[in-house]
Amino acid sequence: MTRKQRRLLLIGSGLGVLAIAVALMLNAFRDSIVFFNSPSDVVARHVGPGTRIRLGGLVKDGSLVRGNNLVVRFEVTDGKAELPVTYQGVLPDLFREGQGVVAEGALNSSGVFAADTILAKHDETYMPKEVADALKKSGHWKDDYAKQASGGK
Amino acid sequence: MIPELGHYALMLALGLALVQGTMPIVGTRSNDLALMNMAAPAALAQFAFVALAFGALAYSYVTSDFSVLNVYENSNSHMPLIYRFASVWGNHEGSMMLWVSILTFFGALVALFGTNLPLALKANALAVQAWIAAAFHLFILITSNPFLRIPQAPPEGQDLNPILQDPGLAFHPPMLYLGYVGFSIAFSFAIAALIEGRIDAAWARFVRPWVLVAWMCLTVGIAGGSYWAYYELGWGGFWFWDPVENASLMPWLAGTALLHSAVVMEKRGALKVWTILLAILAFSLSLIGTFLVRSGVLTSVHAFATDPARGVFILAILIVFIGGALALYAWRAPLLKQGGLFAPISREGALVFNNLFLTTACATVLVGTLYPLALQALTGDKISVGPPFFDATFGPLFIPLMLAMPFGPLLGWKRGDIFGAAQRLLVAAMLAGLGIAAAFALEHGGPVLAPFGVGVAIFVMVGAVIDIAERTLIMRVPFRATLQRARGLPRSAWGTAFAHFGIGMTLLGIVSVTAWGTERIVEVKPGDTLEVSHYRVSFIGLFDRPGPNYHDLVGRFSIHRASGEYLGNMEPSRRTFAARNEATTEAALMTRGFSQLYLSLGDPGKDGSAAVRLYYKPLVLMIWLGAAFMFVGGGLSLSDRRLRVGAPRPAKGKLAAAVQPAE
Repeated sequence: MTRKQRRLLLIGSGLGVLAIAVALMLNAFRDSIVFFNSPSDVVARHVGPGTRIRLGGLVKDGSLVRGNNLVVRFEVTDGKAELPVTYQGVLPDLFREGQGVVAEGALNSSGVFAADTILAKHDETYMPKEVADALKKSGHWKDDYAKQASGGK
Repeated sequence: MIPELGHYALMLALGLALVQGTMPIVGTRSNDLALMNMAAPAALAQFAFVALAFGALAYSYVTSDFSVLNVYENSNSHMPLIYRFASVWGNHEGSMMLWVSILTFFGALVALFGTNLPLALKANALAVQAWIAAAFHLFILITSNPFLRIPQAPPEGQDLNPILQDPGLAFHPPMLYLGYVGFSIAFSFAIAALIEGRIDAAWARFVRPWVLVAWMCLTVGIAGGSYWAYYELGWGGFWFWDPVENASLMPWLAGTALLHSAVVMEKRGALKVWTILLAILAFSLSLIGTFLVRSGVLTSVHAFATDPARGVFILAILIVFIGGALALYAWRAPLLKQGGLFAPISREGALVFNNLFLTTACATVLVGTLYPLALQALTGDKISVGPPFFDATFGPLFIPLMLAMPFGPLLGWKRGDIFGAAQRLLVAAMLAGLGIAAAFALEHGGPVLAPFGVGVAIFVMVGAVIDIAERTLIMRVPFRATLQRARGLPRSAWGTAFAHFGIGMTLLGIVSVTAWGTERIVEVKPGDTLEVSHYRVSFIGLFDRPGPNYHDLVGRFSIHRASGEYLGNMEPSRRTFAARNEATTEAALMTRGFSQLYLSLGDPGKDGSAAVRLYYKPLVLMIWLGAAFMFVGGGLSLSDRRLRVGAPRPAKGKLAAAVQPAE
């Protein structure tokens, strides 16, 4: 092989791998991106049943109901809209009524959000960033959240 | 008094960093030996003052001086000594102190042990190191001062975040930072080479040990963090593709690539410009990692309290250092003399292949991590890029890398014989085939691809063994001759084999847990028995147990084999911390060979029942044991004589050999 061919091979294989990577990424972005929505977003954007989303907001006070076999029901609110959520499993340590929560899953045909993952932060003074933004947007952001979110400083 | 002393020492360190960052460069420009020689003592003094500042903060923590705001917010006098000490870096301000301490520590090491470096290179590199240090000293002093006092000292501190009260805290952040910051040496040397406009094979020889040390620390730092998350977060995951994990994985990938390209540069004088770029990228990614963690732009388990001023400051540091370095690279790199090209089928070719895939994989992780940020800035849509994305991109890119890995060491420099290598790897391929067949036969369920993953892992592991077997001519010469050859092998060959074997182990663990791990999430009453794999887990009941600054609600379980043999008890607990009124889950683990049973306790119900998560994790320990092998491999490679001997001056090399760092 001449020098030129070798260089071409090097550059060509570099571009080839890069092209494969780009193709893989574009493909993955089409299938595996999950959008974050507040309960009002779900209504406003007409999120259909079966579409995987992340739902964020506050766990509505007094809405938590524990059933058999670790099934729980609660409502997520952003002050404007509410959405019932069901989940089967063990809730995170910091899951509490009145606190921020992010649930991942999809709406079922009866309009209930069936979550398969519940995220609550490991720090009591924490408010998931998406939840804080959603609350600010809906005008239900309270200053004491802000104080909590910045670690009480 | 002590905290003020620390504060003052940090300011002096900043002053020293500014001197160290300017005078030596002036010296190299004007050929003034005295100015160039200032770099080393300045680096040592700077480290001494930073160490003093860090010591002052650590002293305040250990003695529970709650008049210091940072101590009050993150410590508690009831914590055991080790946590009081480790909580120094369990918060933003203190972790930045740890960062600069390690940065200046590395600077001091270069000053001390870089005796065989060309003077100008050393002076420039230490100057660049000082710029980085100065930026972070300023950052701490302006936005994150850990020495602030409270006028009236509270009697008790607010306690450390419960999730951090774990031995992992003493180990994981320092190792990770040693890795992140260790790449700053390669970065400084790269910038120094660009400033000089000159680079040769000896450069790679100087830099490689530092890259190796950083890479080793980062490897165990990541693995340690992964094991910590595995047992502490209570749901048995070992890797979440969390942005902060990605932030540590990216420098690791770039650093691994750098490690390999530096070999080509050292041996064959090729890939110079590329190696310089990788050195810049590895540290840039470390800085981005720091930014992602510290600025709070991403939601993550690692985000400490966030403050916009800090984010802007770190962003400025990022732009100046990464932008500046890349601009300098674009300007000066064409001046560097290009190395020769080489045949595609050769050791060099294999290492280029490695670099190509590692950097591309690194790029996909970068895109997946930053895409949500970019999209939110552009369209306002909030998205999360989770494991499915990385499985679909990172995974396919890693498979060719794994398949090619055993070939690399078997190919010769300049011109390799791929058919010869393939012939020698026949045994590995056959064993891999057996492994695939066994996995199909023994395991049911799980993804169809999983047995092939096992096959790849076996291929990699056996390939590493074959490399050593070939070099020692095992079975072909008398056993004693083999032993002699094994002893005579360069340590770096052993290092390669160990590290590659470790990768195979990690892969085997990941495949096995992901495909065949089982999970049960149920509510149990005392007397209930669960079955998982071939174990029987019986719930005995709930008990209370007090701790120093917490209170445990313990669930006791007895474990039997399916055959009835008693194996022991497992006691997962829910730990409530009084000072913050927070609870954490303390999982219980039972190790059987390389596999583990994993129990974690959820909410206690009425009538003594409890929610539990029970997992069987087959071969899970392989994941972290593999990292330990990589660490050992790095250590062996570091002790290689070739790296200890100064290239241009063999006579002085003996002296350097005696004082080489990190052995």
